[in-house]
Amino acid sequence: MNKSNTYIFIYSTVLVALVATLLALAANVLKPLQQKNLEIAKKLEILHSVNKGWDVSSADSKNAYVDGEYAKYITESLAVNYKGDTLKGIDAFTVDPNDEMDKDSTQRAYPIYICHLEDGSLNYIFPVLGKGLWGPIWGYVALKDDRNTIFGVFFDHQGETPGLGAEINTRWFQEPFSGKRIFNESGAFVSISIVKMNEPRDPEHTVDAISGGTITSKGLEKTIFDCMKNYLPFLSNSK
Amino acid sequence: MNQIFSSKNLKLLTNPLNLENPITVQVLGICSALAVTVKMKPAFVMAVSVTIVTAFSNLIIALLRKSIPMRIRIIVQLVVIAALVILVDQILKAFVFDVSKQLSVFVGLIITNCIIMGRLEAFAMANKPWDSFVDGIGNGLGYGWILIVISFIRELLGSGTVWNYPVMEKLGLYSGGYVNNGLMIAPPMALILVGVIIWIQRSRSKSLIEKK
Repeated sequence: MNKSNTYIFIYSTVLVALVATLLALAANVLKPLQQKNLEIAKKLEILHSVNKGWDVSSADSKNAYVDGEYAKYITESLAVNYKGDTLKGIDAFTVDPNDEMDKDSTQRAYPIYICHLEDGSLNYIFPVLGKGLWGPIWGYVALKDDRNTIFGVFFDHQGETPGLGAEINTRWFQEPFSGKRIFNESGAFVSISIVKMNEPRDPEHTVDAISGGTITSKGLEKTIFDCMKNYLPFLSNSK
Repeated sequence: MNQIFSSKNLKLLTNPLNLENPITVQVLGICSALAVTVKMKPAFVMAVSVTIVTAFSNLIIALLRKSIPMRIRIIVQLVVIAALVILVDQILKAFVFDVSKQLSVFVGLIITNCIIMGRLEAFAMANKPWDSFVDGIGNGLGYGWILIVISFIRELLGSGTVWNYPVMEKLGLYSGGYVNNGLMIAPPMALILVGVIIWIQRSRSKSLIEKK
């Protein structure tokens, strides 16, 4: 079917305009739902770092459950700058560490979430973000009130190798982080080393890497180090 | 009603399941068959998504087939496929967020799935809308059942679960020293399993074997 150039031109213009309208409409209608999903996913990750929110699969309404748990435990959130001073007028929850990375280090906002558990204990939760083998890895590190001992962690990834690097989002990998310290006896920042079989171990500062997931493990080690380093002024400020 | 499911239409639906299967006979759509079959749930959602996109792009192109200028037909087909895929992706993100996270880029990559383009060129451009729609459903299902079978085997042997239900644990195999086969999770195993399915299929249907 050979048509004139004019016909082809009008045909493609109309088609593209129709499709664009349809997609723009769909994107607008679905946007609130999608954003709520992202918000719930983020809240759940924060809760997981303090070992909460694991009953989510048995909850009747996932959104209501997560919102409820979050409001119950995460009592406060703040954002600090590179000097550890609290930034005013910023809703820490809406700060996206990914966007902050693009800014100059002196301009960044570093979010901190404060969690009160049932027993009255206080935890500070810090987001971490970095690179694995195939793509981004991220998570949350919760420190106890001493701003040194790890209470719990949660990590996730976009596309690490299933069964190997992807295991960083499993409980068995994350649980050994609890009780480790990010400062040594003399008060220097040493972070947590994720070590292979033949590397030296230290009960206070090392956890086991994943066999076959070395690059992801080392990437996570660097992620934790780099991100926690940014919070050093805050961590030492009120010691 | 007998018009709607005539014997010709029934063939359109059933042929792609076996003798004209897009994966095992035409060897199309292999890439996503490797990528999303580690667990059953994403594989199922992928199968449904591809079926929907194939069926509706076939339908739309068949409706438009007399008006589409030959010289830009591939572009028109691509616009229709891309629009449908983006719609599916947006809907997954809004309603089954967890699954959409697992499928990640592979929903978007449905656009490049050769099965869909192939059906549009080979069938929808020359056939009536309803026939094309049925053909799309048939090819989507033909793609889908292979995905489900592969993901069932990979999830059971690789993770010890079926649809996230811990079968191997409930059977008490771990206490007896059973270990999950990590190889099943790696992409090459999907290829080997596709190979095994092709082998079984050809040993049953001799007509598929090429003559020398």
